[in-house]
Amino acid sequence: MTAAFVAGADAPPEVPLKRRLRRAERARQFKALALILPLLAFLLFTFLGPIAGMLWHSVEDWEVPRALPHTVSALSRWDGKTLPDERAFAALAGDILEARADGTLATASKRLNYTISGFRTTLMSTARHLKTAPEPGTAKDTLIGIDKMWGEQETWAAIKGASGPLTDFYLLASLDLKRDNNGSIFAAPEDQAIYRDIFFRTFTIGFAVTALCLILGFPVAYLLATLPSNSANLLMICVLLPFWTSLLVRTCAWIVVLQTNGIVNDTLRWLGVIADPVQLVYNRFGVYVAMTHVLMPFMILPLYSVMKAIPPAYVRAASSLGASPTVAFLRIYLPQTIPGIGAGCLLVFILAIGYYITPALVGGAADQMISYFIAFYTTETVNWGLASALGAVLLLATVALAMVYGKLVHGQQMTGGMKN
Amino acid sequence: MSDTHALRTASQRIAWTTTVVVSGLVLFFLMAPILAIMPLSFSSGAYLTYPLPGFSLRWYFDFLDSSRWMLSLKNSMIIGVSATILSMVLGTLASLGLAQWKSKFKPLVLAIVLSPVVVPGVITAVGLYFFFAPLGLTGSYSGLILAHTALCTPFVVITVSATLQSFDMNLSRAAASLGASPMVGFRRVILPLILPGLASGALFAFATSFDEVVIVLFMAGPEQRTLPREMFAGIRENISPTITAVAVVLTIISVILLASMELLRRRNERLKGNLHG
Repeated sequence: MTAAFVAGADAPPEVPLKRRLRRAERARQFKALALILPLLAFLLFTFLGPIAGMLWHSVEDWEVPRALPHTVSALSRWDGKTLPDERAFAALAGDILEARADGTLATASKRLNYTISGFRTTLMSTARHLKTAPEPGTAKDTLIGIDKMWGEQETWAAIKGASGPLTDFYLLASLDLKRDNNGSIFAAPEDQAIYRDIFFRTFTIGFAVTALCLILGFPVAYLLATLPSNSANLLMICVLLPFWTSLLVRTCAWIVVLQTNGIVNDTLRWLGVIADPVQLVYNRFGVYVAMTHVLMPFMILPLYSVMKAIPPAYVRAASSLGASPTVAFLRIYLPQTIPGIGAGCLLVFILAIGYYITPALVGGAADQMISYFIAFYTTETVNWGLASALGAVLLLATVALAMVYGKLVHGQQMTGGMKN
Repeated sequence: MSDTHALRTASQRIAWTTTVVVSGLVLFFLMAPILAIMPLSFSSGAYLTYPLPGFSLRWYFDFLDSSRWMLSLKNSMIIGVSATILSMVLGTLASLGLAQWKSKFKPLVLAIVLSPVVVPGVITAVGLYFFFAPLGLTGSYSGLILAHTALCTPFVVITVSATLQSFDMNLSRAAASLGASPMVGFRRVILPLILPGLASGALFAFATSFDEVVIVLFMAGPEQRTLPREMFAGIRENISPTITAVAVVLTIISVILLASMELLRRRNERLKGNLHG
């Protein structure tokens, strides 16, 4: 030890301690980062990448340029005011023949059918009638002869609009918006506007479930925070056991309990409240009941932790200063629970608007939320662009709310730290 | 706490009674459906109604004899255990790193690491479906394990980070000053102390994977169907008493997980008490 010390003293005054400390700290930070990186790399592959891919699907437009490349380039200089020239018609005729041969015509016609319904039929029947490439100079007459739609500007505008490589078509469609031939955005007519309704329904269900959870969860959290810890722990099991029980088990249980000859209907009939069974499931009522049940712990737990930290002395002080119990509760206790109310409501709302399984199982056709349609367009109709666009809107709403939640909870921790 | 027993005015008593009654009803609402289907699984009849015609275990034997249900149980176990192990390794390493890392990017990294919990299941599932299909990872165990690991890791990071926060770093410094290498210090000093936290993280991770159904719905082929996926199909078609038997089995597993969590929490508190008191 002494020898080492002496040796250190003999050595030339090399690196100052400050710099050595900084270097050691930098090495420590580097090591810390090296421990985090495997997880980040993993999430890049299994989470961030897939989400980015989905967002990409919502804006890419590849079907038409792949199937009709010459038409797309012929239309790039088209002004859109009159019918395109003979060159574009000839390019289209050539593209259709080639695309039919290499099998890319079907996906392109599906894409064009989203813009103008009936486009698929036109394109496919044109492909059937077109045996060989038309003589030079006759392409326009030949195509219009096969289908009158080729003589309309709109048809060509649809092709030009879908000529990629990027499009806002799906994102606009997910908000019930369209572009007209001049490129200006307008709202889809009332009878075609479906997604606005679905988003409205999703948020309505989210709000209703959040409100139900708050109204029903608040007294429970208050009771749990006020009771002596022995009985509170016992009651806490009633909150935690459902929380840990499988979502499928709880959903299944509600269907069994609420169905036409289920326990609730039987009991009500036995009591003489109703004469005939009431429809309690596969409708909005069932969705509210099951979702409130599933999400209630997410309200009770944050409320409980905030209430538990409120010193009872404040309310006692208010009472001793002459506040009535109601005033003491409303003016002293309630304001202190607001961080918990905020956190619980945001959490429940964020989770509720993304719900898929529970509404799919206990709801009817008119109770399906946005997630259902994302799944539907992905697997049933294979309209990945629209599925991704709806997903992008839902993701945006979720991330925005989650950031508010993060701010709120972070702030709470800070004030909590200050109190201590 | 004592002021709840000394309620002075009548209005206070009414308010308290209302709270108790409403809370009782809500707690009943939370427990009732789970309790209500339990007896139905022991019914000797094929209908899910009360009163039960008689007691039998036929639906449990039905579950045990069904190759479809047994395959799904096996799949749930394979995927759950693999995802738990993977997420424990990745999550624990990241938590150890996050505990020491000081950077202005830390909130961003934390947000990324925790985001799989917040993003709606359908969005993750659709993204993975698009992303994994060209790689041949749909309809495979490896695809499902990777996806579930991404979902489970945030819970590991939350639990392990919370444990590390209460861990006294001076202990590892003391070990180092007494000549322990970082590995020995970790194995002999840090690990035994954070073990309860790691175990809760593992339980959380397993429960998450064991209950996940949306990703499985999109990505699993018929050979990889898990227990929740099979239940989903069963509830869609028509709820047979076998499903209620499965539900009871799953609930018992949840109770075991919950009880283990509680035991770990108490152990952890005792440990802390010993250290600081």
